[in-house]
Amino acid sequence: MKFIIAIIKPFKLDDVREALTGVGVTGMTVTEVKGFGRQKGQTEVYRGAEYTTNMVPKLKIEVACSSDVAAQAVEAIQTAAGTESIGDGKIFTLGLEDAVRIRTGETGDTAI
Amino acid sequence: MTKVTGMAALASIPVPAFAQEAVEAAPAVANPGNNAWMMTATILVLLMILPGLALFYGGLTRTKNMLSTMTQIGAAACLAMLIWVMYGYGLAFGPEGNAFISWGKFFLAGVDSSSTAATFSDEVISEYVFISFQMTFAAITLALVLGSVVERMKFSAVMVFGAIWLTIVYFPIAHMVWAGGGLLFEMGALDFAGGTVVHINAGVSALVAALILGKRTGYPKEPMPPHSLTLTMIGTGMLWVGWFGFNAGSELEADGTAGLAMINTFVATASAALFWMLAEKLSGRKGSALGFCSGVIAGLVAVTPAAGNSGPFGAIVLGAVASLVCYYAVSFLKPKLGYDDSLDAFGIHGIGGMVGAIGTGIVYQPMFGGPGDGSTAMGAQVITQIIGVLVTIGWAGIGTAIAMFIAKLVTGLRVSEEVEQEGLDLGEHGERAYNY
Repeated sequence: MKFIIAIIKPFKLDDVREALTGVGVTGMTVTEVKGFGRQKGQTEVYRGAEYTTNMVPKLKIEVACSSDVAAQAVEAIQTAAGTESIGDGKIFTLGLEDAVRIRTGETGDTAI
Repeated sequence: MTKVTGMAALASIPVPAFAQEAVEAAPAVANPGNNAWMMTATILVLLMILPGLALFYGGLTRTKNMLSTMTQIGAAACLAMLIWVMYGYGLAFGPEGNAFISWGKFFLAGVDSSSTAATFSDEVISEYVFISFQMTFAAITLALVLGSVVERMKFSAVMVFGAIWLTIVYFPIAHMVWAGGGLLFEMGALDFAGGTVVHINAGVSALVAALILGKRTGYPKEPMPPHSLTLTMIGTGMLWVGWFGFNAGSELEADGTAGLAMINTFVATASAALFWMLAEKLSGRKGSALGFCSGVIAGLVAVTPAAGNSGPFGAIVLGAVASLVCYYAVSFLKPKLGYDDSLDAFGIHGIGGMVGAIGTGIVYQPMFGGPGDGSTAMGAQVITQIIGVLVTIGWAGIGTAIAMFIAKLVTGLRVSEEVEQEGLDLGEHGERAYNY
């Protein structure tokens, strides 16, 4: 099993969700996050007072899936979230030891 | 029936042509139409304070100081109302007096529901209505001053400062400008609805208070962006609506001059709002929502002394000029001078008030479409206006310094650094504005 963490532009969420559903991923967790990479922050001006925000708002998507769909899922996210500009985000894939569905106690691939 | 004598009602109308303290045979009775309009206008000014100014200022502060800002405004306004009926009205509009102050009618002695106050024609309005109308002016002026000291001044200090400031600054200036026999009134200074009494006075007092109080901890290094420009926009709208009571109500009658004040309050403001955004664009920034709101307020402030003393097109120019000057004052002058006027009470009310007061001497002239008859030359009128501005600046500055020092002795003035860090909402009031 694999655990995929993707940082994407917030407005790309719907596209990514659709693309992941298309490759058979049935669940995900989404969190609003802030951070920075190569993309610069924004400048806000209030009555002449300038504030530069170094952190850019992004969404973090977490997906657990079986190893055989992981590559497809990563590709789906990459295609759907891309705008070919700086700040599109990153995708990280980790190995996942186990998963448990709380209601039934099922484990492993059947739990996700 | 009591005919109010010795009190010329508020001024502003062109020439102080009413030494005619009416030798009328029958006792005057308030015209229900005028009376009804003045009751409405009075309530509109209350709307400017609560919730108008409370939301406008509150939205500009940080989340942790929202309630403190709104509560200080509400409480200061209430304090002003009570002091007004106890002795404020007597000190500003009492039956006896000199050029600086008046006395009499303390605790509204001798006033009953048949008492009347003179307007600028031979009409009268109910004196209770006049007292209430003037009461809201005292209340909003004190509330405006607080814009420069929020986010760090103790609630108790605000109340002590407020009581002293009203007594030694507001009441004398209101008397000097608006009451028959008052220094600036007799000089012929034009101030239709309170450009000097309310705005220059509040603005200069705010600046002096902020200088004595000191900067907010972390200013200007730490970012202190407004926590809700949405609320500021709502407050701006309420201030604009309420300002019709403030400006058109200052005519004291529902007549043609009130109509002139009304249209000027529309067009000067509209012009100022757009010119502020234009100024932002021209200095390489984006036209902003806060710029729009700031322009609205700058225009309203500038048109206050000119409301019934200008033609509509003079008012448009006045609004535009005031907006540009205020924009440079808050965006470039303030950072350069380094004082912390948190919500720009001086930059907008003080500076905008001065542009308005001096500009009124110009737009008043018939050649610019103003209602003046040309009997006072423009130069002479402008000099009178400048004297009015200087007297107000001097009086407000010195009086505020005294009031702040007394408040410091009694209360300590500033909250502790911990309270400032965690916010005055929790530290001073034990509440949070937002519980998610």
